[in-house]
Amino acid sequence: MTSSLLLQLIINGLIIGTLYGVVGMCFVLIYKASQVVNFAQGEFLLIGAWTCWYLMTAWQIPFIWGFLFSIAFMMLFGLALQMLVLRPLIGEPIISVIMVTIGLSIFFQALMKWMFGTFAQPFPPIFPVAKVEILGLQVQSAYLMSTGVSLAIMAGFAWFFKYSRVGLAMRATAFSQQVAQSLGISVRQMFALSWGISAAVSAVAGVVVGIVNGVSSALSYFGIKVFPAVILGGLDSIFGAVVGGLIIGVLENVAHYFDSQFLHWGNLYEIVPFYALIVILMIKPYGLFGTRDIERV
Amino acid sequence: MTDAALKMDAAPAPDAAAPLLAVDNIEVVYNDVILVLRGLSLKVPKGQIVALLGSNGAGKSTTLKAISGLLKSEDGEVTRGQITFEGEAIKGIEPDRIVRRGIFQVMEGRRIISDMTALENLRLGAFTRRDNGVKDDIDRVYHYFPRLKERTGLAGYLSGGEQQMLAIGRAIMARPKLILMDEPSMGLSPLLVKEVFAIIKQLNKDLGVTILLVEQNARVALSVADTGYIMEQGKIVLDGTAEQLQSNEDVKEFYLGQGGGEERKSFKNLKSFKRRKRWL
Repeated sequence: MTSSLLLQLIINGLIIGTLYGVVGMCFVLIYKASQVVNFAQGEFLLIGAWTCWYLMTAWQIPFIWGFLFSIAFMMLFGLALQMLVLRPLIGEPIISVIMVTIGLSIFFQALMKWMFGTFAQPFPPIFPVAKVEILGLQVQSAYLMSTGVSLAIMAGFAWFFKYSRVGLAMRATAFSQQVAQSLGISVRQMFALSWGISAAVSAVAGVVVGIVNGVSSALSYFGIKVFPAVILGGLDSIFGAVVGGLIIGVLENVAHYFDSQFLHWGNLYEIVPFYALIVILMIKPYGLFGTRDIERV
Repeated sequence: MTDAALKMDAAPAPDAAAPLLAVDNIEVVYNDVILVLRGLSLKVPKGQIVALLGSNGAGKSTTLKAISGLLKSEDGEVTRGQITFEGEAIKGIEPDRIVRRGIFQVMEGRRIISDMTALENLRLGAFTRRDNGVKDDIDRVYHYFPRLKERTGLAGYLSGGEQQMLAIGRAIMARPKLILMDEPSMGLSPLLVKEVFAIIKQLNKDLGVTILLVEQNARVALSVADTGYIMEQGKIVLDGTAEQLQSNEDVKEFYLGQGGGEERKSFKNLKSFKRRKRWL
């Protein structure tokens, strides 16, 4: 009985982990392209989820259209945020930029509470069955969808950065802005685009989590949970963000298992990623896949 | 109308053929206080290789960055004068737009993207292009630099010479009208320097691309260039065809290392040193 519970929790961990991975990738995307540590990443999930929820409940739009519209809306939102708020800050000290993203986080959280209230709102039912059984394990349909979507996003990111013209240009911008400019790449456009993509993909994660847990400001907590994942993976590695996300997802569920079975402390699930964060920073501050410069020997 | 056109074709006056690039009396200031270029002018005629020579700190790289617009990212600014490319003023335009107009800078120290493969670097060179000729141009680059084709790993692990070839290859990919080349000989063995410059000359011939070449190595630069400028202290002090410069006594002594005999080297006769060392 307990071992099947453990298995169930590990599966849950992997599912949540892919979502952490996706949000982590979004975070790393912004950090790599524009060197901004974005503390408002969680709010992207929140706003995306609320947008989709509002379209579905107030306007009675079918889920798939609401979902696609939310993604498009968040893309524009991310672009606008970068162009209006962050572009004027280019060249300012990094601490100022970080303070601005923290400010944005607080602002949007309050704005969402003001607009939609403080209580969690459930999504209208989307799937015909709430749970499906796979190999004797109960898996929520939304989680199944989330894993599918997450894997598709990861594959999309891999393709984008390896083969697409714009993806290569973004990598060039991350490498050196001056070099990118010398190749004819508009650094401003790349900055804005990185924010747009990051916000849009975060919205996907926000909607998925919202379907499972209901939409509330607790969603933005995801943005904080992503820190241990990206630090573990290496702040500037997109692949590392995925691995870090999976590890953190499994870790917190395994911690939950030990907590409920043996320790009975009650909150290990919430806390353990941050213990992990501290340990990583002490022993491997650049993370598992964080790059240090290539040295030619 | 036709008469006039025919006349133009038949006997183009030397002044009527406007140069591809004209830099007119520019002044460049870094950080609002450091004056680096003080009234520099030069002309780059279409199809030529023009060498810009001078010692360390003369302002050669700054001149190139002023043209390509990359000065901005280093807190520099063109405060006076004008830069015209194909008859249009390009001073103050964003660097990515200048690339789109057909000016491509190969920066000092290669600056290839070390965490990408050579092929990815080449594809980025063609970033501004939308046509279908990119694949053919990659083959063209491999034709000039066969070694690059064999290198499939990260560009950061290429040797210095290969990195320089990749940097030049990236410029070919952009199909520019004008390439600004900053110290292609830096850190290369004499043999490689020869090879790289032979290819630069070849590119100029084959593709008809105009090249403005900044070099410390005056001898090799003048061997491929059509005309040359010599700058000191942010100004042009001498200009002429490559042959004229090669035979100029001062150039020979200061830049080509061919002293004019014992008499000139003697400390009794400091006059010719004065011009160069006046800032000491």
